[in-house]
Amino acid sequence: MTVTIETPRSPSRPRAKGINWEKWGWIYMRASGIVLVVLIFGHLFVNLMVGEGVKAIDFAFVAGKFTDPFWVVWDTAMLWLALIHGANGMRTIVNDYASSATLRKVLHTSLLLSTIALLVLGTLTIYAFDPCPAGSPAELLPSFCASVK
Amino acid sequence: MAISSSTSGSSTSPAITLEVPAPRRKSIIPGGTLYRGREGMWSWVLHRITGVAIYFFLLVHILDTALVRVSPEAYNIVIGSYQTPFMGVAEIALVGAIVFHAFNGIRIILVDFWNIGTKHHVALFYVVLGLWLATMIAFTPRHLMHVFGW
Repeated sequence: MTVTIETPRSPSRPRAKGINWEKWGWIYMRASGIVLVVLIFGHLFVNLMVGEGVKAIDFAFVAGKFTDPFWVVWDTAMLWLALIHGANGMRTIVNDYASSATLRKVLHTSLLLSTIALLVLGTLTIYAFDPCPAGSPAELLPSFCASVK
Repeated sequence: MAISSSTSGSSTSPAITLEVPAPRRKSIIPGGTLYRGREGMWSWVLHRITGVAIYFFLLVHILDTALVRVSPEAYNIVIGSYQTPFMGVAEIALVGAIVFHAFNGIRIILVDFWNIGTKHHVALFYVVLGLWLATMIAFTPRHLMHVFGW
């Protein structure tokens, strides 16, 4: 039995000039993927395995992390790399299954807008964060707030 | 599997003619034996499903974390729902999806860049499943202890 397969790289039309965005998207998925394995495994280990695990997570726990430059850099990198990785993956799936041009446009635009909105919201969450908000009960705040006042 | 090249169509991209084994039995599934089915397809299916699931969790997770800027009370109420028995068990499924997507993603990179990756992609899939199982055996009891206070 013989099967003939056209070479996968056969161009259906001549390559357009300029930046090959699909190629850079392909590279981004792999480069960000490797970094995300480290970032997310570290995130899961510290938040779910160490100490009391998920039961220890509350406002004071997050405040402790967001006032530590190490976790600020870690979480910022995780937010940007993961959300763009995920949105680009969803774009691939839309390209595979959304057959009407209008539906494609709607889904691509929704992905772009939700990604931008969540990147802005997430970045503000990390950088415009007050670990000791005035008027909050002290038992909900991290212990270092007592010495700040 | 014998491979011979013959020039057809564009002069720079010759088509390939493959000698492939005939199917052992007649299948009701169309599409031949080259891609559909087996480890290659299932790794792709699982990678998609876990990817979509993780994506939607990520959207929710960015929103729930943003509550730290609303008030400590608001954040604690919502994060408390992650600590219930039901969500505790759901987190095992979430971690399982993330760990599979991570290890299978590394497998995809190896298939793309390692010169013998394509030849051994099936073996690599079983390595992924083995590493996934080992990671989940390490994670699951520890997490259940936290959730149920054992």
